[in-house]
Amino acid sequence: MAAMTAGEIRAIEDRFPLLFRRPVYKRFGPLLLLAGTVLYLAYALWFFSLPQVLRDSHWERLPLFLSQWVSYDLQPEFRLDQPQITPKYPRFSALGDSPNPDWVTRNADGTFTVLIDGLAKSVTFDKTQAIITANGQTIPVALASGKPVIAGPVPDWITAHDDEVVARMGFAGEVRVTVDRVKVRKRFLGWANFVFDTRSPFFGKSTGEVVTLILSGPELKPGTSNLALAGDNIWYNAQWQHGDVWTKMLQTIVMAFLGTLLGGLVAFPLAFFAARNITPSGWLSQVLKRFFDFMRSVDMLIWALFFTRAFGPGPLAGSAAIFFTEVGTLGKTYSEALENIDDKPREGVISTGANGLLVQRYGVIPEVVPVFISQTLYQWESNTRGATIIGAVGAGGIGLKLWEAMRTNSNWANVFYMVLLTLLVVFTFDAISNFLRRKLSPTIHDYNRSQAEQV
Amino acid sequence: MTLSITAPSSGRTHQMADAWRRQTSLRRFYAVLGVALLLVAMFTSIWFADEANAGHFFDRLPHILDFLSWLVPKDWNDVWRALFDIASPHDTGTQEFNFPLGRSYVWGGFYIPEYFELMLTTVNVALVSTFIGFIFAVPFSFIAARNLTPHPVLRLVVKRFMELLRAFPEIVIAGLFAAIVSAGPVAAIIAIGLHSLGALGKLFYEINENIDMRAEEGLRAVGANWFERVRFAGLPQVMPNFMSYTLLRIEINVRISTIMGAVGGGGIGEELKLSISRGFGAKTLALVLLLFTTIFIIDQFSAWVRRKLVGEQAFLMGA
Repeated sequence: MAAMTAGEIRAIEDRFPLLFRRPVYKRFGPLLLLAGTVLYLAYALWFFSLPQVLRDSHWERLPLFLSQWVSYDLQPEFRLDQPQITPKYPRFSALGDSPNPDWVTRNADGTFTVLIDGLAKSVTFDKTQAIITANGQTIPVALASGKPVIAGPVPDWITAHDDEVVARMGFAGEVRVTVDRVKVRKRFLGWANFVFDTRSPFFGKSTGEVVTLILSGPELKPGTSNLALAGDNIWYNAQWQHGDVWTKMLQTIVMAFLGTLLGGLVAFPLAFFAARNITPSGWLSQVLKRFFDFMRSVDMLIWALFFTRAFGPGPLAGSAAIFFTEVGTLGKTYSEALENIDDKPREGVISTGANGLLVQRYGVIPEVVPVFISQTLYQWESNTRGATIIGAVGAGGIGLKLWEAMRTNSNWANVFYMVLLTLLVVFTFDAISNFLRRKLSPTIHDYNRSQAEQV
Repeated sequence: MTLSITAPSSGRTHQMADAWRRQTSLRRFYAVLGVALLLVAMFTSIWFADEANAGHFFDRLPHILDFLSWLVPKDWNDVWRALFDIASPHDTGTQEFNFPLGRSYVWGGFYIPEYFELMLTTVNVALVSTFIGFIFAVPFSFIAARNLTPHPVLRLVVKRFMELLRAFPEIVIAGLFAAIVSAGPVAAIIAIGLHSLGALGKLFYEINENIDMRAEEGLRAVGANWFERVRFAGLPQVMPNFMSYTLLRIEINVRISTIMGAVGGGGIGEELKLSISRGFGAKTLALVLLLFTTIFIIDQFSAWVRRKLVGEQAFLMGA
């Protein structure tokens, strides 16, 4: 390519001043933005003292907590200082009152064997020694000398403290041996007693047995049919609290539904008075718009806390909080949609001499209703998600239950159960809302797509 | 030529009129049915919410004003004193009026009032988490866009992952990380950041799917790789929209971060919750005033910038 002369270059520069002679703030804008962001992040690092927080954090807990979402453990304990070794299970263990699991065996020679993951990961012990097997190694621990003693080298999956030997066996569990007791933790995949808890007469029975009992068995509790009893036992399952969880879930759904619907109902007429092109007075429009801003800016949390104090904790407070916020949000979006309408249908109706109400009914509403409904559905969707958090401050619904289950750090399976329910509800409502929006206003929903196709 | 209107045979007119009438009556029937169902659902919901609540609506209604009465401070100046940590003459040693205790001194006698510092924490949580969400959402959104994805399977995985993050309750993520990095703003940042990633990612990839592909074709023709095509064909087209949605996300995240504060995430939410539950009128009003002003300013500022970036389009869907 031939080299350009200085004159040609200048000519091109003159032709495209927007590209070649951009103002300084535009040329360095992105750079300044980047520098500002980096500076801000450095400040945030200091503000939240992130290095300190990360140093003090316990990331090793994460896999443990996550594994607890989908598993449970049993922790039998064997006292060695009593005349006879007997397994003891904690109260309310998942095995019920008289546990006799097949992975704990009393051998003929008086020793006990606990299978943690088959024979490959197990422990066999009596009062004088414990033999721990895992990872293809067999490690005897002598207990007779008043201290647990391991003869020979200690493998890295065993930690030998002065008075306790801890053998970690990964996900399957662990064994802790001291002179006077052996403690075993065995982990199972799944949720324990999800259907019937240990108090239920149906506990420990196979599905077939339960079905037979319900269909044709003798009444387990006199005066109640077995079906009703089974239903009652499931609903009031002490560990999983199905009844309570489902009621709370329904409360969350109702809060989002009521708040959004009532908000929409109130915002609908107000939006007409707030829209600049429709309102009879500009002053009223300004007042209403500031009112919408106020309702939106007083956070949902503030409304929730106030109404929780006024009505007491529960879904009524949550619904009222969402309702108040939604009046602001929907009022704002409705009035903006009204300001963007095509004015011709309205003029047409006015020219026929129709009165104010009829003008709105036939000149405006047909045009905006799909937009309104679409926006309301969108808010409904987002409020269903928001109602979960708002609940945690006492405004009803699943939020508080979730928060309380998490606070103890021991109930992660229950948390996961509630999370799954929440996800199910959110996904279902997203799908319903998407479907309705597509049905009601294909023009809006597919607007972008159709635009893209026209190119 | 004279225009002549031939009337259709009267039989056909009747047919058409009947069909039209049938159609409208069916449509009207569906509309009435829909509204009726909605009303039934609404009243059932109201009854259910009222039934499940600790206090009932009509029992509590007369006491609404009682509840407002604690909010009105004895001395309106206490609101300012609470806001700026100035000692109150009503101080009796209780928590209700211990305003100066919250001062954090920066330089000699100069201090940041407690509530401003808490508000700053809340805003910082929102900003940092939005930033985290944005940084990850941009590349993810290009992978998840049908027209730009490097691999369809990867696209599906990323899309599902973002959907999951979007629907996952934030308090669970916050609770999980509270147990790992200790309860406080960092756990809230992680939770809100992950949620923002899902929410922004979805909006972003929908924008990406609507870009003009001619620029991308041009780059493909000169042999640009995926990164170059995304950087030079995709990003310039979508950046204004990305920024607009990110600003909107900041508005939402300030609200979420306030709520997170109330459940242990640090910041102004916790103080507000305590103050309302104990009935500290002046403190509550100061907090509400500060929070309201901050959110209002952030909303207005973001609306102004968004209008500059993408025009009225930013406000059409309210999304």
